[in-house]
Amino acid sequence: MDAPRKSKPCLSGVGLTKVFGLGRRTTVAVDHVDFEFREGEVISIVGESGSGKTTLAKMLLGLINPTEGEVYFQGQKRDISSHRKRQEYWKNIQAIFQDPFSAYNIFNKIDTVLLDCIHMRGGRGLPRAKKIELMTEACGFVNLKFEEMTNKYPFELSGGQMQRLMIARIFLLKPKILLADEPTSMIDACSRATILDYLMKLRDEVGMTLIFITHDIGLAYYVSDTVYIMEHGRFVESGTADRVILHPQEPYTKRLISDVPKIYEEWDLSTV
Amino acid sequence: MKHTLRQVARSGKFMAGFIIFVAILLIVIIYPLLVPDPPLQIIAQGTFFPPGIYVNTYDSINAPTTYTLHLDDAAAKRVASKLSQENRTEMKNWLVAAGLPADEIDTADTEQLLNQWGSHYDPRLQIPGMTLAKSRAYQRLNASIQGLLSTEGAIIASRAADTGALQAGREVKQTDYVNIREVANVRFLPLGTDNFGRDVLTELVRATGVSLQIGLVAGIIATLIGLTLGLAAGYIGGLLDDFTMFITNLFTVIPTFVLLILISFSIGQDKRGAFTIATVIGLTAWPWTARSVRAQVISLRNRDHVNLSKLSGHSIPHIILNDILPYVASYVVMAFILQISSGILQEAGLAILGLGPRTTEVPTLGLMMNWAMIYQAHILEKWWAYLPVLMTIALITFSMNLMNTGLDQVFNPALRD
Ligand SMILES: Nc1ncnc2c1ncn2[C@@H]1O[C@H](COP(=O)(O)OP(=O)(O)O)[C@@H](O)[C@H]1O
Ligand SMILES: [Mg+2]
Repeated sequence: MDAPRKSKPCLSGVGLTKVFGLGRRTTVAVDHVDFEFREGEVISIVGESGSGKTTLAKMLLGLINPTEGEVYFQGQKRDISSHRKRQEYWKNIQAIFQDPFSAYNIFNKIDTVLLDCIHMRGGRGLPRAKKIELMTEACGFVNLKFEEMTNKYPFELSGGQMQRLMIARIFLLKPKILLADEPTSMIDACSRATILDYLMKLRDEVGMTLIFITHDIGLAYYVSDTVYIMEHGRFVESGTADRVILHPQEPYTKRLISDVPKIYEEWDLSTV
Repeated sequence: MKHTLRQVARSGKFMAGFIIFVAILLIVIIYPLLVPDPPLQIIAQGTFFPPGIYVNTYDSINAPTTYTLHLDDAAAKRVASKLSQENRTEMKNWLVAAGLPADEIDTADTEQLLNQWGSHYDPRLQIPGMTLAKSRAYQRLNASIQGLLSTEGAIIASRAADTGALQAGREVKQTDYVNIREVANVRFLPLGTDNFGRDVLTELVRATGVSLQIGLVAGIIATLIGLTLGLAAGYIGGLLDDFTMFITNLFTVIPTFVLLILISFSIGQDKRGAFTIATVIGLTAWPWTARSVRAQVISLRNRDHVNLSKLSGHSIPHIILNDILPYVASYVVMAFILQISSGILQEAGLAILGLGPRTTEVPTLGLMMNWAMIYQAHILEKWWAYLPVLMTIALITFSMNLMNTGLDQVFNPALRD
């Protein structure tokens, strides 16, 4: 799979670092990482819990400021110095968070969540019927019934339904880049595959770059073109999924793979 | 939301506090409708009349109807009720000392006792072993018994307009009674009067109302400023946060009450209305609310639902109002309740020191304490002038703290017992 290599870089980082805390009790969550994500690819960032994946994602989203380093968006230095500029930036990059239970404002109804997306895409002036049509379409995309969702609060849904609603949200927003931060890790096992399917279907539909964050290297192999392995805030290995997972160079990568022995059993290795 | 309200209603502590508070509020609202007198009206000359029912002497004599009860029984009952058990024992002692056999004297039989007294008592009789003071006391007792037994009435005389000579007008007999309803001026003073001769109950009800208003105004001011600054400082941070934290820290170092005293003092007695005091209290109380709201906001601002709201393109004011404020609202309600009750206490404290609202307009709980203290009600044992005020302050604070604890238990399930 060499095709994506030819596309333009859409998001890259140089020396990106985040240090939490002050004085002696500091945690280096992300430690001078460099990367170049290319348009249209599915990129996986794989690492154990606490390796700094979420912190990196939040820096890429512009939700927290890097301690050091720069992010380049579509080849240019990213400028998110004011809230207005950030609002502009967020039209291009969106996220699905790890924990759907804490990602919703419990005081807002589901309709609000979806309407916000329509408004963000400039649909504030649309007639009510058109808005409902869009929301119904978005819910239908993830196999939810809008009639059942309307006037409900997020906490009345199951975790799987909440995460599907998140995908419906992205469906309405159609961003250029989507960061999915362990979107299935808090979901019951049965819903996981469904969520993943919708996510891949969404990517094909919208044609966006997908940055998929996971601790499950098997999942990364299954979905991605490019894989970055993260350990203690550093990228220790990166490359095409086949290269990294089937021919790992680093001991850390090897350990991650050996923790998931199923890979070699379940996948056909004849392509190697 | 509905669920939370139901939980609040089910919290025993909250409801107990709420009921006490509503009862106080109802009394404050309804009492003036029943007793429309101005609360600071001086109704009697003299200070500190004890609680009781007062009948105007003049009006009782001039009451339109006079019920004359010519009943011997009534006279006997009147005497019997006026003759205390102590007096009876004293009389018996004298009679025994004078030589009457003790078993012939029955202190319960008023008529017989009075007869025995009348036929035997002689002030000149020297009883061995009796001090002069004691025999004087017996002479006074005899005089009062004679007064009681006298059947002659008091003559009310008036001066003739032309000659100026006294003319007998009407005789008021000892057996004359007046129905209390016929007397124009009957005053029920359940809590007596204060040092100025004002009805303590009416004053207390009004003072409670004013103090609650002061607490409310102070609470609203403190909560509004504290909430706004807390939200802004916590969410936006930067220079605003530095400023807020600086003031807040200043207030933690300088006790608020000292500041209050200084400000109140510098305002001057004439300019200190009740609402000036309330405003001053509110303006010195906000840092506490600001500090705790800020702490809550800081822990909220990095939550994912706030991040999602940002990613949904909302402006900062929208995020603060929709994604932060609802999450701190329950906390702010609790802080507000505490601010009201502390506002009431602060006013009381200031007024006790003589730095409360100026005294000519309205009473407040603090002012009543101040008056009672200045006029030494506590030394003179005029408990009705200060004890009810203290109880009211305690009851208000208690009810608000109960409500607060109840809310706290609903909002922080970890505190439930
Ligand atoms: N807001 C924060 N303050 C301090 N330390 C943090 C904060 N967020 C994350 N960390 C620390 O940074 C490290 C990386 O965390 P995180 O990015 O959440 O890892 P991952 O998503 O890979 O599990 C952890 O050691 C975590 O304790
Ligand atoms: Mg994480």
